[in-house]
Amino acid sequence: MDRLKVNIGKLELRNPVMTASGTFGYGDEFTDFIDLSRLGGIFVKGTTLEPRQGNDYPRMAETASGMLNSVGLQNKGVDYFLSDIYPRIKEYDTHMIVNVNGSTLEDYVACTEALADLDKIPAIELNISCPNVKEGGMIFGISCTSAANLVKAVRKVYDKTLIVKLSPNVTDIAEIALAVEAEGADSVSLVNTFLGMAIDAEKRKPKLSTVTGGLSGPCIKPIALRMVWQVYKAVKIPIIGMGGISNWKDAIEFILAGSQAIQVGTYNFINPTVSVEIVDGILEYMDRHNIDSINDLVGKLDY
Amino acid sequence: MKQKLDFIINSNDALNKQIFLLKVSPKNGAPLPDMYPGQFVHLLVHDSSSIFLRRPLSINYFDKEKNEIWLLLLSAGGGTKRISEMKAGESINLIFPLGNSFSLPKPRQKILLIGGGVGTAPLLFLGKRLLSEGFEPEFLLGGRTAIDISQLEHFERTGKVYTTTEDGSLGEKGLITHHPVLEETKFDKIYTCGPRPMMVAIAKYAAHNEIDCEVSLENHMPCGFGACLCCVEKTKRGNICVCTEGPVFNIKELKWID
Ligand SMILES: Cc1cc2nc3c(=O)[nH]c(=O)nc-3n(C[C@H](O)[C@H](O)[C@H](O)COP(=O)(O)OP(=O)(O)OC[C@H]3O[C@@H](n4cnc5c(N)ncnc54)[C@H](O)[C@@H]3O)c2cc1C
Ligand SMILES: Cc1cc2nc3c(=O)[nH]c(=O)nc-3n(C[C@H](O)[C@H](O)[C@H](O)COP(=O)(O)O)c2cc1C
Ligand code: FES
Repeated sequence: MDRLKVNIGKLELRNPVMTASGTFGYGDEFTDFIDLSRLGGIFVKGTTLEPRQGNDYPRMAETASGMLNSVGLQNKGVDYFLSDIYPRIKEYDTHMIVNVNGSTLEDYVACTEALADLDKIPAIELNISCPNVKEGGMIFGISCTSAANLVKAVRKVYDKTLIVKLSPNVTDIAEIALAVEAEGADSVSLVNTFLGMAIDAEKRKPKLSTVTGGLSGPCIKPIALRMVWQVYKAVKIPIIGMGGISNWKDAIEFILAGSQAIQVGTYNFINPTVSVEIVDGILEYMDRHNIDSINDLVGKLDY
Repeated sequence: MKQKLDFIINSNDALNKQIFLLKVSPKNGAPLPDMYPGQFVHLLVHDSSSIFLRRPLSINYFDKEKNEIWLLLLSAGGGTKRISEMKAGESINLIFPLGNSFSLPKPRQKILLIGGGVGTAPLLFLGKRLLSEGFEPEFLLGGRTAIDISQLEHFERTGKVYTTTEDGSLGEKGLITHHPVLEETKFDKIYTCGPRPMMVAIAKYAAHNEIDCEVSLENHMPCGFGACLCCVEKTKRGNICVCTEGPVFNIKELKWID
């Protein structure tokens, strides 16, 4: 199975297929459906220093080939994660990666410090792209300076693999990627959700309590793919690509556009076994095309 | 244990223009696991970009002998309409069984099951289970008009049935919450499922009369198994997922009354 091995910073993944934060719970929710050890890694729910209740219901609106969400980082805080969740998930035979969030730079740093010494958390994903919180989140991800400052501060307290998750809600995503690379990010993951909205015409009301929310699912795939390609041409660090992946073919497309690894998000809701089906599909594709190592496909778009 | 499985539609009968009864069994013939009243299935609607997410439906009845699940479906929008058009012999993918279930009453408690419209769906399964556990369930079923009340003959075989319709075409005329049985009889436990305003009114009635009451919520559900945190209800413990910690809640947990 070495044919599927890829590296992201100091991390060695058994395969490039991982699951996206906020769409896979803590992994437990999927153990009835799949063997988690078949995944390259799992990005757990967005975690903050303090507990958060998230936004009011309704937090979801279905759209054509996708959905809007405005969950707003509901979680029980990093202390609860350490005491109640970590002891349980550290037994899983795959890389468990925590998605770190905050309202201020200090929050991000403190949350990172709390996770830094955990043996079985080999990496964090710094979420500077959540569109659903009033403070922090995407604010950090839409300017080069604030993104760079945040990564610099977190890098100081974190030696393990640091992945920075980029927002697509910017004019030039490659510019932000370059800014975080310069501050020592080991990898960038992209994309987070696109800011969108949905309206109930009959009631003349927004469908989300927050009016706007983040769009995900197959409808965003072409834009996400284009952004991965743009970032691939700009940076040297490995890219973790995502946005609407729903089958192995989508995954191969993201790899060809320059992703070293991929994450599956919203489609886990429709098909909870999709992630392992993608692993199988990638292998079959490699057999068919006589490819020895998945690394030989990264960025190999023929044009 | 939750599973994702292909089912075959054994039959799909229109009970009226908008309500359908589907009976489905696993395509591979595998015996169905134990399921409990209040639990639901999450159903994939094929080949449509506008209907992207699965649709949740209560388990209307579990026929263990025939290895068959019954689903009572109201054609409410695009997704349910598509399901209603499916024919016997076609296959359909379900994630099931999901959610918690109604709790059993205490011995000798006097119990009433109140269903509005297609909200009666989980109450048939619950009623049958209560009967088999030695209870004597009674039912109060309501709708806008007589044909909105489905499966009456099944309910009548399960216990005493009271009905109301808004137009008076069956049973008492008026709203379900005004049925005289609620004044005349002292119940110890009420289970209810239906439109939210109806359930809130019943919850208030139950709280006021100190009757233990469980409701089944229908929040919108992208995943159905706790992965997305979109289906939350505000409770006394904060925002919690209706798909895993519900859909059945004791009204004491909710913030409906005060
Ligand atoms: C746990 C649970 C059990 C359910 N059991 C049954 C059942 O046994 N039989 C049945 O007919 N229906 C049941 N429902 C409701 C059913 O899931 C919705 O009617 C269905 O999802 C609507 O999809 P649609 O595409 O037809 O309508 P849409 O076009 O999506 O919407 C049509 C209308 O229905 C509303 N709606 C959409 N989704 C839901 C939802 N999840 N709950 C309530 N309203 C919704 C919309 O706001 C809109 O007004 C249940 C819902 C839940 C959460
Ligand atoms: C319900 C929901 C919750 C999410 N929560 C988070 C989160 O907490 N942190 C984060 O970085 N991304 C979060 N995301 C974004 C996803 O991780 C992913 O970036 C995005 O959905 C695009 O991929 P997809 O189209 O495959 O879903 C969430 C997405 C959804 C749909
Ligand atoms: S529907 Fe996803 S958590 Fe309940």
